[in-house]
Amino acid sequence: MLTSAPRIVTSRLDHEDSYTLERYLATGGYKALHKALRMKPEAVAAEVNRANLLGRGGAGFPAGRKWSMLRAAETTYLVVNGDESEPATFKDHLLIERDPHQIIEGAAIAAYAVGARLAFIFCRGEFALGLERLTAACNEAYEHGALGGRIFGSTFSLDIVVHPGAGAYICGEETALLESLEGKRGFPRIKPPNFPAAIGLYGEPTVVNNVETISALPWIIQNGGDAFAALGAGTSTGTRLFALSGRVARPGWYELEMSKTTFRDLIFDPALGGGIADGGELKAFIPGGVSAPWLGPDSLEIGLDQEAVGRAGSMLGSGSVVVLDQTSCAVRAAWRITRFFWRESCGQCTPCREGGHWLEKILRRIEEGDGRFSDLDLLMDVCDNLAPGVSWPPEQTTICVLGSSIPSSVASALRMFREEFATHIRTEECPFAGAPHEMAGGR
Amino acid sequence: MTAHFSAENRARAEALVALYPQSRSALVPLCHLAQAQDGWLCAEAMEEIAELCGTTPAEVYGTATFYDMLHTERVGRHVIAICTNIACLLAGAYELVEHAERRLGVRCGQTTEDGEFTLEEAECLAGCDAAPCVQVNHRFVAAGDAASFDALVDELAKGRRRQEVPRHGVLCRIERTVGLPGSEASPRRQARS
Repeated sequence: MLTSAPRIVTSRLDHEDSYTLERYLATGGYKALHKALRMKPEAVAAEVNRANLLGRGGAGFPAGRKWSMLRAAETTYLVVNGDESEPATFKDHLLIERDPHQIIEGAAIAAYAVGARLAFIFCRGEFALGLERLTAACNEAYEHGALGGRIFGSTFSLDIVVHPGAGAYICGEETALLESLEGKRGFPRIKPPNFPAAIGLYGEPTVVNNVETISALPWIIQNGGDAFAALGAGTSTGTRLFALSGRVARPGWYELEMSKTTFRDLIFDPALGGGIADGGELKAFIPGGVSAPWLGPDSLEIGLDQEAVGRAGSMLGSGSVVVLDQTSCAVRAAWRITRFFWRESCGQCTPCREGGHWLEKILRRIEEGDGRFSDLDLLMDVCDNLAPGVSWPPEQTTICVLGSSIPSSVASALRMFREEFATHIRTEECPFAGAPHEMAGGR
Repeated sequence: MTAHFSAENRARAEALVALYPQSRSALVPLCHLAQAQDGWLCAEAMEEIAELCGTTPAEVYGTATFYDMLHTERVGRHVIAICTNIACLLAGAYELVEHAERRLGVRCGQTTEDGEFTLEEAECLAGCDAAPCVQVNHRFVAAGDAASFDALVDELAKGRRRQEVPRHGVLCRIERTVGLPGSEASPRRQARS
């Protein structure tokens, strides 16, 4: 059901000029930072703990606990992860372009709580407008006294550097992001020992928080962690920004109360997704970015709840939902998602580098009508090498979770639509319209 | 070594290096700066970036080639990127790519002979509610169907979109001007302690 929960991270997005300091101040901006600076840093952290704010990047780790795991040291860094690149996820892009001051205020609150005096906002390079808005907002924030030395007359000082990425999905993984921020190739680090809280940027303890997570902090400080925790249910508290796309009538972003809203609401409610595009039928949906296993129409009643989606064998991940309808080819969808992982593999680990490549080739030949029946077992065999047992959550054979995410779509498509694969192989062509004759070749 | 960055960009480059506790961190921003100056990342630029970052040209090249946005070969004045990932695929992105290839007379990854256009097949650009998603020089443009794609190409060729879409390489046109390290508003002395 749709609830009357407040919009927490998108509260000022109805204003055309939501990205300006003027609008930010007129809508209560920077009051939370004033308030936080009058509190003890531990009290700020305690408020976030009470909110039970789960990280909004994809892994869903409690933000407060992430802070509490920091190794005590002279220098601590805060890094805001704005490298949003999980396919079909477009919420951080929205927040970066439309409410950059909220990110800066949230970052200042987080930095104050963890004792960081230098913070980086790692913004995906392809967001040219976002980079301009963030940089302009930083300039404004300095002039307003919200950044720099002795913020708002307190003893707290903070510098923020807006750092542009350069096009690499893997840099959304927090240790790859840190490597990239150090000016290197985005190779994920081996954990342990390289948990950022212990050995992060330049070897110092580092907090890496997602843009949406950071954006929720001003509201939490203003209204209290309890008010946030009162929304949602169980461990899935507060609201969350969902990105809906694919074969749906009204694709777009929707900030919804967690847990109480279901996938049926999100996809079919006239005020939200408005049902399937062109009056079609739901075939399947991907509930949390393309790393997540697919769910079918029988899973529509599941709430937008991290644990509930986990129990159903998938994940809420990055909060992006992709809808497939009866016109969508499952083989082509699985192929395109696999092609993405293959292209974006950093190449360090053999199972990911080679496995992704082979899965892509096999799926392509099935889609193009050159598949063999033995390919179906072969696909599962390669998946098993990437994530032994092909279970959920997946076993990991690689340094980071990119590799173990590849089997999700392949195994889902095979499990749910095996007959569709068989039709491709038997008839030696894709039964769906619009099959790309020359699906783009190399990298 | 001869200077490759213009005097103005050399000053920008040094300001970028000063933002970071370790100069190597400025490597990617400096590559973007070189692309803003030249439209692509040439060997001479990489040499100067290596010097600024305290590393070798080979390290700069090795790092730059990891990233899709950094071009170590010439690209067109307009790099048109069409996303074909899942949400865009479902909205007909491959049909749009086929049309774009015919319209421009090049395949994905190639540049037109006049150096005006490079066509790229992109991964998800985080604009899935307006699929299929198209960017020119990393600016989002409305060109999701054949007719609007053609109109866009015509406008770009005539130079009518320069305000909105600067030439390839120019990424962030706004510079950090306040609180720079060394300035009075900078909290850096404490941060570097």
